[in-house]
Amino acid sequence: MAVGTETPVTAPTTSGRTGDRGIWPHLVALAGVAVILVAVGQLVPAGEQPLLVRTLVLALMAIGWNVMSGFGGMFSFGHAAYYGIGAYTSVWLLTTHGVSPWIGMIAGAVVAALVAVAIGFLSLRYRLKGAYFALATFAFAEMLRLFVTNSDTFNRASGYTVPLRSQSWWNLQFRPNSPNYYYVVLGLVILALLITMLYLRSRSGRFLVAVRDNEAAAGALGIPVMRTKLTAIALSAAITSVAGTFFVQYYFFIDPTGAFGSQVSIQAILPAVIGGVGTIWGPAVGAIVLGPLSEWTASVLREPPGWLDLLAGRAGLDVILYAVLLIVIILVLPKGVYGEIRDRLARR
Amino acid sequence: MSLLELLGVTKSFRGIHAVRDVSFEVEEGSIHGVIGPNGAGKTTLFNVMAGALRPDTGRILLGGHDITGRAPHHVARAGMSRTFQLMLPFGSMSVHENVCVAAMAAGARRKEADVRASDVVERVGLAQWRNAQSKSLPTAGLKRLELARALATRPRVLLLDEVMAGLVPTERVPVMELLESLRAEEGTTLVFVEHIMAAVMRLSDTVLVIDQGTVVTSGPPQVVTRDSRVIEAYLGEGSSDAAS
Repeated sequence: MAVGTETPVTAPTTSGRTGDRGIWPHLVALAGVAVILVAVGQLVPAGEQPLLVRTLVLALMAIGWNVMSGFGGMFSFGHAAYYGIGAYTSVWLLTTHGVSPWIGMIAGAVVAALVAVAIGFLSLRYRLKGAYFALATFAFAEMLRLFVTNSDTFNRASGYTVPLRSQSWWNLQFRPNSPNYYYVVLGLVILALLITMLYLRSRSGRFLVAVRDNEAAAGALGIPVMRTKLTAIALSAAITSVAGTFFVQYYFFIDPTGAFGSQVSIQAILPAVIGGVGTIWGPAVGAIVLGPLSEWTASVLREPPGWLDLLAGRAGLDVILYAVLLIVIILVLPKGVYGEIRDRLARR
Repeated sequence: MSLLELLGVTKSFRGIHAVRDVSFEVEEGSIHGVIGPNGAGKTTLFNVMAGALRPDTGRILLGGHDITGRAPHHVARAGMSRTFQLMLPFGSMSVHENVCVAAMAAGARRKEADVRASDVVERVGLAQWRNAQSKSLPTAGLKRLELARALATRPRVLLLDEVMAGLVPTERVPVMELLESLRAEEGTTLVFVEHIMAAVMRLSDTVLVIDQGTVVTSGPPQVVTRDSRVIEAYLGEGSSDAAS
């Protein structure tokens, strides 16, 4: 028996809303973006490289955050914990045991995933939701910051300076302003996007979106809710930790505030919110908007054009301008830059 | 041996018994209707059976295995799926994706789940809504989606919580035919809560009447509906449910 089958069955659309359908357009887009960004690395003058690198680090942090908080609906306000663990694990292994940052990156990702599962289990076990869940993640990140600040093993508040070693890919050290740093972080971002796409297409990724949409219904159909959530949390933490490992190697310095401070958690959230929470491309698009934006507001107010002379030399104005621009973006594009564009195109 | 067995199940909230000492057996391939006035404890009983609530006392056996207090996903994997009275779609997904993920939850591989979802979506009459976003469906569509997702898990026992409420009479007939065909073709055992008496009379082998958390009586529908205690349970509440 079938009712209303007179309408012919149409092919599945590829809105990509949940990442369930049509992975191919995303893969093609990813390949295209990779080619373009490699070319950008060739064209951009060395002086602009730091901005590109910082932008891609932001993207990497937010891609990680988005897995747990966007697709999983569990709002994390403590991703600094995982960024910091990535940074500290690799730098500790490097300075005390001479371990390559690449190994440190993997070790950091594993440690971050394990800690995230422990934090996630405790928070979910006691059924924390929404703002309470977010506050718990924030509290755990602060705990880690205080622990490291007071730990002799991790140099307390002074942190670590990365020792100079021979310049090589294995040591992840290149001559200053080498475009290789850019290519490394670009590769990591592409890899993170690819992993996100494949994960969302997988059984576990589909379960995650189901659990986010309705936990009771997901459980009643046989989806293991806790395991599904913890898998997402582990993957999310691992991706963000890689950003931490890379940035220490690039910046040659890390301290507890730079690793575990709450501003780091915000840096993981903002690009995703600006770009589009719970979309594959949102965090990367958001980072591309945010990275240059903060740079631009700072430079505009450092050397204002003639008619804005009265603003010259007023400290903090650039931050205010930056904040106002963010508010405007969120008001005009509540689904994020990418989310809004995608939905408008879909409505055509 | 019965496929599903409840032994003295009790569940209370803050001292008020929602379900009190309920025992019954469901034979494989049979259809059980559960009726009772509003607030009688029917949905609580379903929640306890499906693992959403842990009973205070009593045991629930599915195929001879004790599933008392197991998490909902264990109960589902053991072969008992349920629908929700208040429909709970996966709102960001299309109708097809909703059903597909349900098939995967029951262990199907992606391609197999895709095929099964297409079959089930067609079977419940949602083919024209296949690619619609599920939260945009009208009530009747959401009721069918609940049914479709539960069917996609290929349950041995299907618990249906008012799948016909909110449907107009012409929409009910195909659902009743579908439920009958499920039993006839796949031997699915059905336990359903329903206020629509025409459906209860037509489908049920056995009717279980619940009032104030306890079993008033059970038996074939023609016998049960003539029972004075049943009439009293309904009329005593001043409810018009029995007439609808």
